Amino acid sequence: MSKFIAWVDERLPVSNFVKNHLSEYYAPKNFNFFYFFGSLALFVFIMQIITGIFLTINYKPDAASAFASVEYIMRDVEWGWLIRYMHSTGASFFFIIIYLHMLRALMYGSYKKPRELLWLFGMFIFVLLMAEAFMGYLLPWGQMSYWGAQVIISLFGAIPFIGESLALWIRGDYVISDATLNRFFAFHVIALPLLLFAVIYLHIAALHTVGSNNPDGVEIKQNKDKDGKPVDGIPFHPYYTVKDIFGLAVFLTIFMFVVFFLPEFGGFFLEKDNFVPADPLKTPEHIVPVWYFTPFYAILRAIPDKLGGVLAMGLAIFVLFLMPWLDRCKVKSIRYRSLTYKILLTSFVISFIGLGYIGMMAPTPILTILGRLFTLVYFGFFVLLYLTSKNEKTKPVPERVTMYE
Amino acid sequence: MSDNNNSSNRRNFLTNVTKVVGGVGAIFAAIPFLSSMSPSEKTKMAGAPIEIDISAIQPGAFKIVEWRGKPVWIVHRTTEMLEKIKNDAEHLADPKSDEEYQPQYAQNKFRSVKPEYLVLVGVCTHLGCSPLYKPGENKDLGLDWKGGFFCPCHGSKFDLSGRVYKAMPAPYNLEVPPYYFASETRLVVGEDRT
Repeated sequence: MSKFIAWVDERLPVSNFVKNHLSEYYAPKNFNFFYFFGSLALFVFIMQIITGIFLTINYKPDAASAFASVEYIMRDVEWGWLIRYMHSTGASFFFIIIYLHMLRALMYGSYKKPRELLWLFGMFIFVLLMAEAFMGYLLPWGQMSYWGAQVIISLFGAIPFIGESLALWIRGDYVISDATLNRFFAFHVIALPLLLFAVIYLHIAALHTVGSNNPDGVEIKQNKDKDGKPVDGIPFHPYYTVKDIFGLAVFLTIFMFVVFFLPEFGGFFLEKDNFVPADPLKTPEHIVPVWYFTPFYAILRAIPDKLGGVLAMGLAIFVLFLMPWLDRCKVKSIRYRSLTYKILLTSFVISFIGLGYIGMMAPTPILTILGRLFTLVYFGFFVLLYLTSKNEKTKPVPERVTMYE
Repeated sequence: MSDNNNSSNRRNFLTNVTKVVGGVGAIFAAIPFLSSMSPSEKTKMAGAPIEIDISAIQPGAFKIVEWRGKPVWIVHRTTEMLEKIKNDAEHLADPKSDEEYQPQYAQNKFRSVKPEYLVLVGVCTHLGCSPLYKPGENKDLGLDWKGGFFCPCHGSKFDLSGRVYKAMPAPYNLEVPPYYFASETRLVVGEDRT
């Protein structure tokens, strides 16, 4: 065996790769709960690809037969229901994981120097993932698939001058039709996954170049022993592989419980109207996107002007890209930052959840006012952060990471 | 020395020429791929005009037909409805239909050729949902509601001429498609009278 490995190593340095990225890749020893979500996101990505491949084996990207082919997978294909529910539930869990992963970065300042590029790649993954989820949601060709896509593609129509022709070009028809379904299938199963794969690769490559941040925001590379190993670091394998396997086991328990017993999740993961085939002549009484888009959707609705609403929604996502430059505080972790930042971040999280709730509800006057208020808080976070972070009163950051016994 | 300079100048020149030629080539090569996503000839052909028999639509009734895959509404308005339309203007954003979302011949209060027949594209001008026909009084839709169309997606309200209320998500009145009456009972949607 060792001879075989030596033979391979001479031709391709596999052992070196394993050392550099696993057995001698040093990660801070003080990771907490929030550090499960990176590896979980990678796991769910792979799961979505595998379940997705098996779904395409029986799915038909054709407006006349798409809805029936999904029902066929659910009822007649052996274990088809399991594969389909894993895929649909996986989409929702992917966003839960990504949102927690992003919250972790906001809490511990993981987007700050030298991790700006790492954050930007992560944001690109987030945007690609939204496109991937949106296009995937059209494929079952239910009422909500159809009308949700109608609403989102119309957003492009708000762009001055080129908007209408751009929307026409995206749809390939005057309305959402077979042409649209067919191209969304192509993007969903090949174009976007390939792009995602590439950007995830870059995200991890950038991470392994600068190393992980940690709950204390201390750079472990600045404190090395005589062998050149960070004193506050432990090898990723076996320490964090074991930790991540434990996290994975807990995750799978929760995930499979939902897959088996609550796959529709009361209409949040699979909306009720989507069990009715798409009908271009009849809009459902109440159109809502799937829960993970609702915070941004609520911002769209909060602005009483079509172009303004679209711009605000786009800006809500774009402004996150700028986090490394909006936050001018040198201290990374929330543990050593001012009360101001703690209040700002808390109100940001509350406004995000609040917007998510409002985006799911039918528009009423009170919810509209509340939606505007939360929109103000959402954008206010970035403005106030920029203004207050430069001269923020911070606590002293320790030399070494802190461990709790 | 000068020889060296010359050869590096020539090399730079060739590099730049390669970049430009390659770049222009890549742009031209992208055109067929991008154009392939536009509506196909078959799709464009399906956008041809349609003819509808309107004799069966009773006064006050509402009919949906499909044109270019979009819902087109035909409402046979009663004189009572027409009276309401004539009198209401203060709660509408564009009561005179100054914005051109209708052919010339439908630019009037009733937004139609014959006042009793309303023909509209049943797609909300906000984000493309299809509003619902709510002809009667309805307290759920507010006290200013006099009957019309209500969009369930984002709550835009339109009157019985498809004119949008003030301060709604929808930016303008519902679109009137090109149409004409071929006879007393035959309506053609999708082209102007020639």
